[in-house]
Amino acid sequence: MIELSKVRKVFNADNPNEFSALNGVSVKISQHQLTVLTGPSGSGKTTLLSIIGCMSRPTAGRVRLDGRVISSLPERFLTDIRRKTFGFIFQQPNLIKGLTVLENVMLPAYPLGESYSLLKAKAIFGLDSLGIANKANAKVEWLSGGEAQRASIARALINNPSIIIADEPTAHLDTNLSFRFMEIIENFKTEGKTVIISSHDPLVYNSSLVDRLIKLRDGQIEG
Amino acid sequence: MIDWIERQRYIIDFTLSSLLRRKVKNFGLLALYTLIVFILASTMFFTYSIKKEASIILSESPEIIVQKLSAGRHDQFPLSQMETLKKIRGVAEVLPRLWGYYYEGGLGANYTLLVPPVTTNKNGIEETTDSITSVENKENAPDNPDKPLFQYNDTKLKPGTIIIGQGIARTRNSHVGDFMPFRAYDGSIVGFEIKGILSSESELVSSDLILISEQDFRSLFGIGNDFVTDVTVAVVNPHEVSTVASKIVNILPDSRPITREDILRTYESIFNWRGGMMIVIFSAAVLAFVIFAWDKASGLSAGERQEIGILKAIGWETSDVILMKFWEGAVISLTAFFSGAILAYIHVFFTGSLIFEPALKGWSVLYPHFVLTPFISVEQLATLFFITVIPYTVATIVPTWRAATIDPDSAMRHSGD
Repeated sequence: MIELSKVRKVFNADNPNEFSALNGVSVKISQHQLTVLTGPSGSGKTTLLSIIGCMSRPTAGRVRLDGRVISSLPERFLTDIRRKTFGFIFQQPNLIKGLTVLENVMLPAYPLGESYSLLKAKAIFGLDSLGIANKANAKVEWLSGGEAQRASIARALINNPSIIIADEPTAHLDTNLSFRFMEIIENFKTEGKTVIISSHDPLVYNSSLVDRLIKLRDGQIEG
Repeated sequence: MIDWIERQRYIIDFTLSSLLRRKVKNFGLLALYTLIVFILASTMFFTYSIKKEASIILSESPEIIVQKLSAGRHDQFPLSQMETLKKIRGVAEVLPRLWGYYYEGGLGANYTLLVPPVTTNKNGIEETTDSITSVENKENAPDNPDKPLFQYNDTKLKPGTIIIGQGIARTRNSHVGDFMPFRAYDGSIVGFEIKGILSSESELVSSDLILISEQDFRSLFGIGNDFVTDVTVAVVNPHEVSTVASKIVNILPDSRPITREDILRTYESIFNWRGGMMIVIFSAAVLAFVIFAWDKASGLSAGERQEIGILKAIGWETSDVILMKFWEGAVISLTAFFSGAILAYIHVFFTGSLIFEPALKGWSVLYPHFVLTPFISVEQLATLFFITVIPYTVATIVPTWRAATIDPDSAMRHSGD
């Protein structure tokens, strides 16, 4: 269970360009469900996702993960929670050029110091389950858009996170690839993972897989 | 512990692949860095070794040399004053020396002419000393660890013959058996037969040396039998050298005693000055490198910043990113340090400082050709390490720390709404 209470996020505080992205958001997100955050550009979807995923801290308010307050933890502990609990899928694949697909997938696990053979086996398994094991040794520059996104999904799963966070995952995919992406999400649900997606793509938020839809506008939850 | 080692391995592995991904930039930096270390190390190795070499060779030189001064200038020393010197308490032996310079206009070279010292043997017969022995290619010449000032043996230096240094033989393309012409003080031309060539081991100080008999020396320069160039004084107790030197000045006020330490100090300052001059000349290059390295190390490119953002977003800690950049700096600077130092070692001790030869050895026509014995002090290497490796490694970490402490959601922002 993820619980946010009266969360505010202000950028460039005390500067002329101060901007409040979230204005007192309180929400509970249940486990093993697919939750979609939707709303227009600038409504605060990405900011809310980054706070839920321990990528940034709220200016005010609290975030609880399974009952534990995590919003005030030092960066080191936050990073530890982030890499063990969350898997991130970005709008852009954000793969590191010059490295192979396999190396990119293994990258989040490097600081954990797992044995190489075990890590490699996990990465190959992840790529195989997404149907791109044959691209393991290819440089990421050579991948198509869909392959690159699946590589980034495999990377998000390498540390076996219980919560998957995806920010506008279908923004750069055609309809066919977007359906393929939703199939992958369905598999996550089947495996019992919690999935939180921000999207303004109807193909995503109108999907029958969605358990809960949260609408955001001007940094607040609508309705 | 195993996890810790694995973690370091992964991060070093990633660092190396990062370096290879920016091949051109990093190899350029590495080449320039290596060149700077090479220049600094060559200068350091050369000046240190040559000073060490000179001090070893000069340890065989006389403890005190006494010159006569006339109007503040070096004049011929009257043999009659030798007895005065012998009477000073603490003086073991006084020997006359005949030496001078001869300028050969054709080659623009200046030679040093020296009459080998004469000692009295146990039978009371005067003979040329052979404690300074052996000529080049002498089969039975043992390796003498004390490295004499110059060496000759077997070759008897008779009137009409000379023994020349390696530098002269090379410049004139002279061989044993050739005749070498000289213009005497009265304008007449005299020729001496070359009987031997001095050993290459002593070339640092004997490159331009010509050994000549006393009779020939006096007739060449017109020096009377009552005078010598200067005298050497051996002291009974080596700790009393300075006391004896001051006694000499008191008894012979128109004389100047020069101790071995004075000569060594002069050598030290000459080579320190030359080494320092080299470093001043190359300091512009060093400065250019510092600016380049600082720019490279401190200014992370947009690509590198984005990469750091991605790494943080996928779960790397600030310390992991700093560790990666530390290894990156360490790999470049250590590779440059070791390559530069090894290349400098080869350059100085195997090629005779080919590149810096004229500046470091002097501007004479007769460059001494000699192979330096490698002397390297740990202190020197440590200094070099601290002025090259440490600043670069530190310079890479500071900006990385700044970049790595930003919120990891910048990677999301980069692509998000």
